[in-house]
Amino acid sequence: MTTTETRTENGPARRHGEVGAARRRKEDAHLLTGQTTWTDNIQLAGTLHVALLRSPMAHARVRVDASAAAGEPGVVAAYSGADLADELPGLPSAWQVTPDWVAPEHKPLAVDEARYAGDAIAVVVADTRAHAVDALDAIEVEYEPLPVVLDMEQAMADGAPLVHADAGTNVCFRYSDTFGDVAAAFADAPVLIRRRYVQQRLVPCAMEPRSVLVAPVPASGEYTVWSSTQIPHFVRLFLALLSGVPESRIRVIAPDVGGGFGSKLDIYAEEMLLFALARKLGRPVKWTETRSEAFQATIHGRDQIQDLELAADADGRIRGLRVALLADMGAYLQLLTPAIPLLGRAMFPGIYKMDAYEFGCTGVFTDKTPTDAYRGAGRPEATFAIERLLDELAAELSVDPLEMRRRNWIRHEEFPYPQIAGLTYDSGNYEAATARARELFDYDGLRAEQARRREAHDAVQLGIGVSTYTEMCGLAPSRWLGERGYAGGGWEAATVRLLPTGKVEAVVGTSPHGQGHVTTFSQLVADTLGVPFDDIEVVHGDTAAAPAGLDTYGSRSLAVGGVAVWRAAQRVVAKAKTLAAHLLEVSEDDLEFADGTFAVRGTPGATKTIQEVAFAAFAAHSMPDGLEPTLSADFVLDPDDFSFPHGTHLCAAEVDTETGRVTIRKYVAVDDVGTVVNPLIVEGQVHGGLAQGIAQALHEIAVYDADGNLTTGTMADYTPPTAADLPSFTLDRTETPSTTNPLGVKGVGEAGTIASTPAVVNAVVDALRPYGVRDVAMPCTPERVWRAIHEAQGGAS
Amino acid sequence: MTRISVTVDGLDAVDEVEPRTLLVQYLREDRGRTGTPVGCDTGNCGACTVLVDGRAVKSCSMLAVQADGGEITTIQGLSDGDGMHPVQKAFHERHALQCGYCTPGMVLAAVDLLREVPDPTEEQVREGLEGNLCRCTGYQNIVAAVRDAAAELRGAS
Amino acid sequence: MIPVGFDYVRPSTVEDAVAVLAADPDAKVIAGGQSLLPVLRLRLAAPTTLVDLRDVESLHGVRVAGDELVIGAMTTHDEILHDQRVAEHAPLLAAATATVGDRQVRHLGTFGGSLSHADPAGDLPAAACALAATMVAVGPNGRREIAADDFFVDYLTTTMAPDEILVEVRVGDTAGWGFRYEKFNRMAQAWAIVSVAALVRRAGGGVTDTRVALGNMARRPVRARAVEQAFTGTGGDIGAVTAAAGHADEGTDPPSDVNGAADYRAHLSRVLTRRALVAAVGA
Repeated sequence: MTTTETRTENGPARRHGEVGAARRRKEDAHLLTGQTTWTDNIQLAGTLHVALLRSPMAHARVRVDASAAAGEPGVVAAYSGADLADELPGLPSAWQVTPDWVAPEHKPLAVDEARYAGDAIAVVVADTRAHAVDALDAIEVEYEPLPVVLDMEQAMADGAPLVHADAGTNVCFRYSDTFGDVAAAFADAPVLIRRRYVQQRLVPCAMEPRSVLVAPVPASGEYTVWSSTQIPHFVRLFLALLSGVPESRIRVIAPDVGGGFGSKLDIYAEEMLLFALARKLGRPVKWTETRSEAFQATIHGRDQIQDLELAADADGRIRGLRVALLADMGAYLQLLTPAIPLLGRAMFPGIYKMDAYEFGCTGVFTDKTPTDAYRGAGRPEATFAIERLLDELAAELSVDPLEMRRRNWIRHEEFPYPQIAGLTYDSGNYEAATARARELFDYDGLRAEQARRREAHDAVQLGIGVSTYTEMCGLAPSRWLGERGYAGGGWEAATVRLLPTGKVEAVVGTSPHGQGHVTTFSQLVADTLGVPFDDIEVVHGDTAAAPAGLDTYGSRSLAVGGVAVWRAAQRVVAKAKTLAAHLLEVSEDDLEFADGTFAVRGTPGATKTIQEVAFAAFAAHSMPDGLEPTLSADFVLDPDDFSFPHGTHLCAAEVDTETGRVTIRKYVAVDDVGTVVNPLIVEGQVHGGLAQGIAQALHEIAVYDADGNLTTGTMADYTPPTAADLPSFTLDRTETPSTTNPLGVKGVGEAGTIASTPAVVNAVVDALRPYGVRDVAMPCTPERVWRAIHEAQGGAS
Repeated sequence: MTRISVTVDGLDAVDEVEPRTLLVQYLREDRGRTGTPVGCDTGNCGACTVLVDGRAVKSCSMLAVQADGGEITTIQGLSDGDGMHPVQKAFHERHALQCGYCTPGMVLAAVDLLREVPDPTEEQVREGLEGNLCRCTGYQNIVAAVRDAAAELRGAS
Repeated sequence: MIPVGFDYVRPSTVEDAVAVLAADPDAKVIAGGQSLLPVLRLRLAAPTTLVDLRDVESLHGVRVAGDELVIGAMTTHDEILHDQRVAEHAPLLAAATATVGDRQVRHLGTFGGSLSHADPAGDLPAAACALAATMVAVGPNGRREIAADDFFVDYLTTTMAPDEILVEVRVGDTAGWGFRYEKFNRMAQAWAIVSVAALVRRAGGGVTDTRVALGNMARRPVRARAVEQAFTGTGGDIGAVTAAAGHADEGTDPPSDVNGAADYRAHLSRVLTRRALVAAVGA
């Protein structure tokens, strides 16, 4: 690893060396031995099981009679959407992106019209899962087909069928922004690159399907909700807001959660529905999604058409960028649906300087599964666009793509840098990361091989793809969110308690589902308190134990949540110091704190360990005036600003021009995510991110047929990559601490996904430039690659 | 209902099951072995992999009645006592799991692979685990862990 | 996730199994279940009774009869992969079997089950056609032999009646033939977009016999007769290979789906046939 700058002065103490250590995870033991608490594993006596009837038609008026199902074996209740219309509130969408957005009512069970294949229209509650599923067949439904609209441009045309007839339009919102003099930037520009790129619709495919269990205590009106969610605090908030049950009577637990990638950052119909059913029936109710159900009923990601124009000088200096997006909302707005494309708004300029920038986005309804956040959420789309354009610009001017980037990027001495779209990039060193990546990759050697293969007309061509990305992490300063129409805030909460035994409890508001927060936060607390790593327990994912928090998404957990934990631990030390001084009968100024021990300067032997202080605070026999017993502190942190990780990714891809198959031969990622707390976990996040980004580039797409049926609706058809479909990656890091938080940390959960997609597609296109190919639509499947060559060569096979 | 007799993680069991009961349902619901999760309904993801008579199978793609007479090992019975199997240990050391949902199946598929290929190349591990999907790790650390475990198991035998 | 309910029987003789099938047209055989279980779980089929053949001893295992291999229908893919006689006498079958599904699927899935399922994208139907295998089926009217080319009649459809059971497959000795199973799929574990099973026999300086079968190029596996005719009798050089492979898609009717349109499959069949022949002939 290359450190490009020294650590921030007030960073965490490294006495124990926990920060920066490749600690093995505390989370692993129970996961490795099957002692897990996935929601579906939780079995409560008397639980009823729920199955949902979903519309097989993408758009239809429905008349549902569920009464016949009530007589089936084991069935306790069966309801249509109409039966429950008055009891079920609409689902929330929390981010009003424009004052005049269209936000149609979204009932957990459609009442009289189904608007996508998979829209739930009836529910059965039975004694066993099998009985609930069996009884679905007894529900009588009349479907009156309505015209289906699937394509965004068709949806915007005059006379298009409407997804929501009463809205009078399929347009959800129109948003635009201009920075600098765009007309001047484009006037007489010597180079103009104009492209349309399509971000195909993706299915997140977290390995654990969603599951919800709601247990009521009818006598007291209390509810415990287990849900496979990234956001237990939001689930509690919205259940309370929408049901009228006080928050204090709703406990939401996110137990072991098997991945999310944004797909569990939502308030889902089934959560609301099961809560209502538990309330109505007074018994525990449980629902677990099947995978084929998940393909339809859990949000999808991406699905964006990008019309792009880049103006540049003759030497390649970028003058201006125009971005016009169409973003597919699907049939309804989920929690953050309309905001997702706008999270990319400020990231299209990437790491480059330019004079002017124009951004426009139109959100469009179609008869498809709603979209929402999927790993990267708006930033992968933006990064893809600018990184593909930089390669196209380089090709247009016959300049090496890395050189083209160097001519335009922000130089390391220019940070903090106010970029064109109004963000201030905190820190970075693109030169250092690129130099390191180049070296690891053997860039010059591979370019030479590429030239040889081109010369030899080798059937297997070599392409080299570049991606020099940045992204915004640490969602988000609450004021920034408020200015943009988001209903909530972006702070995070933590409590650190030194217990009487000297053990530590760190209660956090983030809600991990594979990210290793327990380990990372333990490392932060261990260093700050000077206590052993193993003495720290991290409590999360249960609103009864951790009542305050805003959960896990947007690469925020360390940059916001971690800083909150660290601040709370600092407060504990400060309080302990006051008590230690009192116990040692000295002034606080006479104490120094190291390795968990307060020592009186110049008086050997006059010490108190923080554990001794903790017991003294618990016993409270002798507290200084005004100091409360127990050793505990809270901190709620609202971030000052975002942090901006960056990196240089280089991909070498071999393309079999006869079959179209793309094989990644070498992939180098040099990332700069600021200060690293646990390099093992950081590497793991990058690996997984790369896999998902590569999957978008090469493998995955949600395909609908003309009737609106999802034809890639199982794992067999959607084909997420297996171990045999991915290469080994070469990783390294540079380390430029963030200046927007005291730990210098940035964020890493989404970096790999954001960076890799354009790197891979750039490599594919680079391999095929001699054939006249200048784009291959994602995913670059063998057929699409073959067809791109075939068409560029003039058609006939 | 059909009577089956099986051994699950070393314990003999005789149960009456509906013929349509999947082996994984039987393990989870009748035998309480919830360590084996379900990840899909087409037999692709491999999360539910268990060993039946020492061979890895997908317990969602086998009926409980088909396992009659069989000896079944789930992730909960892989190691005896408090220790972990070398494959489990290597997964921990190599950070080969994140959310952990695919992990039971991945570990048992790896155990099965190493039974047959004690010193696999990277490619053999990747091919050998093609029946198990992981969405978190990008597989790189899984591959490393399986090869580490292979070396450990070879040294032990 | 949960199949529709059904009855379950596990007879110990073929005759008993056939009797159940004959008595109930909605009864269905389960062999390894690796294709059937997903279909049942998605409720795409709802048989009344499953007839499990695992206790029928005579259906298991590989034996040699004269110059033929006789493979019991319930022999698993894994058993075939580990069978020395298959490796020696029908290496093409071993090569194709190695690509079926994944390890877990190969532990339970059976040769007879795959063939009876008759998925044109499957690996073994194409291999069986190239091997000119003979299928032996037993029904209420007794036993009959069916040539592989006649066995597969349509998508997921064989010539067997609902009350017939595939009991064994006879495969001639192809030791000494050049062979190649060329499978092209988008992802590991996935079905073939196109596959080519090729066998080539050389004597003296020339090719004396060629058998090429294509997977997923029609609603059933098909023999590439034009390729076979064009290649047999040549010297087996690269020019002959290329010329012969150019006929690969003649007479085919490839499907169009998310993995590829018909014209792409036609192109792939030519490329893959060339590669398979190159490997098989050692050109």
